[in-house]
Amino acid sequence: MNKDRKNEITSNTNPLLTTTRRRLLAFGASAGALAWAGPKTGWIASAEAATPPSKPTGQAVIGLSQEPTVFLPLLAHIEVDEGVYFNLFSALWRVDEKGAFQPDLVAEVPTVENGGISADGLQWHLKLSPKAKWHDGTPFTADDVKFNIELIQNPKFLAGRRAGIDLIEDVKVVNPTEVTFKLKKAYAPLPSILSWTFLVPKHLLEKASDINKPEDFLAHPVGTGAFKWVERVPGDHITLTASDSYHGTGPYLEKLIFKYVPELTVLYTQFQTGDVDYVGIQGITPDHYDEAKTLADRHVTPVPQPFIENIAFNLGKPVFQDPAVREALYLAMDKQSVIEQIYYGLPSQTESFLPKQSWAFNADLPKHAYDPEKAKKLLDDAGWKPGGDGVREKSGVRLEFTNSTTAGNHVREQAQQLLQQNWADIGAKMSIQNFPPAVMWGENWTNSKFDSAMVGIDFMVGPDPDATQYFASTGIPAKGGGGDNTTQYANADVDKLLAEGASTVDVAKRKAAYLKMQELTRKDLPYLPIFQYAMVQGVKGKLEGFTPNVNVQENCWNACTWYWAS
Amino acid sequence: MANFLLGRLLQSLVLLLIVSVIGFAVLHLAPGGPLAQFALIPGLTKEDLARMAHEMGLDRPLPMQYWEWLTRLLGGDWGHSYRDNRPVLDVITGRLPATLELMGAAILISVLAGAWIGVMGAIRRYSIFDMLATIGAMVALSIPTFWFGLIVIYIFSVHLGWLPPGNRTTVGGDGSFLDYLHHLIAPAAVLALVEVAIWSRYIRASMLDVVNQDYIRTARAKGLPERTVLWHHALRNALLPMIALAGVEIPTLLGGALVAETVFTWPGMGRLLLDSLGYRDYPVVMGILMFSAVLALLGNLLADLFAAVADPRVRLA
Repeated sequence: MNKDRKNEITSNTNPLLTTTRRRLLAFGASAGALAWAGPKTGWIASAEAATPPSKPTGQAVIGLSQEPTVFLPLLAHIEVDEGVYFNLFSALWRVDEKGAFQPDLVAEVPTVENGGISADGLQWHLKLSPKAKWHDGTPFTADDVKFNIELIQNPKFLAGRRAGIDLIEDVKVVNPTEVTFKLKKAYAPLPSILSWTFLVPKHLLEKASDINKPEDFLAHPVGTGAFKWVERVPGDHITLTASDSYHGTGPYLEKLIFKYVPELTVLYTQFQTGDVDYVGIQGITPDHYDEAKTLADRHVTPVPQPFIENIAFNLGKPVFQDPAVREALYLAMDKQSVIEQIYYGLPSQTESFLPKQSWAFNADLPKHAYDPEKAKKLLDDAGWKPGGDGVREKSGVRLEFTNSTTAGNHVREQAQQLLQQNWADIGAKMSIQNFPPAVMWGENWTNSKFDSAMVGIDFMVGPDPDATQYFASTGIPAKGGGGDNTTQYANADVDKLLAEGASTVDVAKRKAAYLKMQELTRKDLPYLPIFQYAMVQGVKGKLEGFTPNVNVQENCWNACTWYWAS
Repeated sequence: MANFLLGRLLQSLVLLLIVSVIGFAVLHLAPGGPLAQFALIPGLTKEDLARMAHEMGLDRPLPMQYWEWLTRLLGGDWGHSYRDNRPVLDVITGRLPATLELMGAAILISVLAGAWIGVMGAIRRYSIFDMLATIGAMVALSIPTFWFGLIVIYIFSVHLGWLPPGNRTTVGGDGSFLDYLHHLIAPAAVLALVEVAIWSRYIRASMLDVVNQDYIRTARAKGLPERTVLWHHALRNALLPMIALAGVEIPTLLGGALVAETVFTWPGMGRLLLDSLGYRDYPVVMGILMFSAVLALLGNLLADLFAAVADPRVRLA
């Protein structure tokens, strides 16, 4: 592990957070100077003076290590599909890098202040943008909004996300650009949910014989986004081209290509050779970071992501029911070594389940310190005595468990081995039992059949800090609940705070509830937070306009404003 | 002949049925399932997952799922891909051109080069050339394709900049014939390396058998030039056993290459199989399985027929 990087990434305030445009430029300039003297002066000057072209020009190739395959955005899909949605479709509003909502299909974002939402949060009145058109020329209207809400609520439709939208009732089309609806109860995360609900055209889908497989639409999706569909070559790429009737700013690129490169090393190589202009989703693997920084004419920089890496305990297992065990395991975890030695110092240490960029992030949680002696004492005091083979036990329960994660993820496997050693030092025996992804995250995870798991989770609902899914005691799937509470965590105070946070639109009250809740989860430790992920973003030097955004899962969110500096 | 064909056809159908039962059982009994990838997606509830399982037909008993799949297949419906919601047959045939291009080029190179190396090795047995060819074949067979592919990309694409680092065409390019050819060189050469090694060994062995036969001596005694003896009389006979080998190669030709297609970002059948397996896209995996099984049987049948045509001693009964 090299010391320079350690200082650079972990010094005082987290520099990952202050990755501004200026910093990106500085980064790229020094990288260019190291390798190539020639283009350096040229590009830095042009980059600062660059303005978008007057008509869409050029193309950008976005390299993805997974393949987007679902083109009806309301169906269940995975992250990688959203990169296409952000450019092909539009939501009512989008969330920018600061977490603020910007109008997209609406003329203004409804708030209590502008009268779009009633003070109790129940009555909503949306004013739509009169300029928005579907790519086939049909105007986008209030009927489309109504159709989308009804489609998501349709029990036959395999919607990817119903939460929040299932509370909407009484949708009324006032006129083509105005629509009103009521909520069954106030639900604060709804604006966030709507910011990533991409709307689909009523006139093309209402007649589909099977709404879960509208073949014509899936083969040639029609949206309201900055780019329209050209073609998909399965297993290879998707091509979009600039829409001439886009209602927002841009697009400045003539073509946007999503190129599927399944192998991460090869993806990096294609970025190196210039075949790929932007490395999306997982970014450049940490082991290539040092080399990537020295590439000429490339911006390579770590950007924070909303995912938190955790050890998840299955609290249904007797061994984890004693809080002393969870705390001792946390104390004995050499977090810093995991981050420095295994993740090349890229991610940042955290105590919370929320990313540091969230408005609800609690920065005053007790700091973790690696202290195996204290951990041993804690276990001694709690009555966990070492047995014959050195493994502690208490009333017949041995401090022994398995840890599971996706097999074949070499980085995580190394982290597991380090923790295995850490925990052996205090008399806890952890064995590693990994599974292929389809096994690990199937029944095993959803029905809490694991002992402990190593998992990266985005606990938020888009930019909203509501984590009811993961922490409410009503959401334990193993006990018949409908959430993702696979650690089987149950704390009445947490339940109360979650309900409080979700049912008011008063941000100050919400924040108070979530700050308190983070204290509780930090104390109870159903998850041991290890770090907040950062990905190494790679962008070609002259590709301007790219902005990292922790509030979205996919960083092609603003490709409509990308352009090539001439 | 007609009896022979009919018999083989019936035999093949029974085999296909057995293959499908085993394939279906193994695939569905393997742990995990197509819904696992959604488990970490926020907002999907257990009820949503159950609804999706129902839509995919996964909530029914396995024998019933098999029966439904089989009856639909007999009716010409290969099912729908879970992963991208298109008919399985479209998904598979969409990948054929890329695979045919790559495997066709690789096999062409390997047969031509393999025949030449094999013949030269056989007529100059134990010469330096023969020894080098033997060692070379062993090395080529032992090099992992994954590693070799990456090395080729590293040298010829990253360092020298002569060849593209994978892909079937330039992304966003014009897709001209030369562009296709340029992209084909590296993956075809990497794949051909192993195949050359195999073919050259087979042909060498087969040639050695033939050159010691009486009719070769007769040909030489007639005073035919050595060139005619070797390339006309000997090689033609030496190639006869290769027909069976070529028959076995047909499924390889269309089945694609798992590793090389991954390293070279080639959108062929091999990648499709890997992606579908990772996703547990049962209909597509079953489709590829049946498709490959049909090809394998067809390849063998064709090999037998050709052998009969090429070699008058072979009689089909």
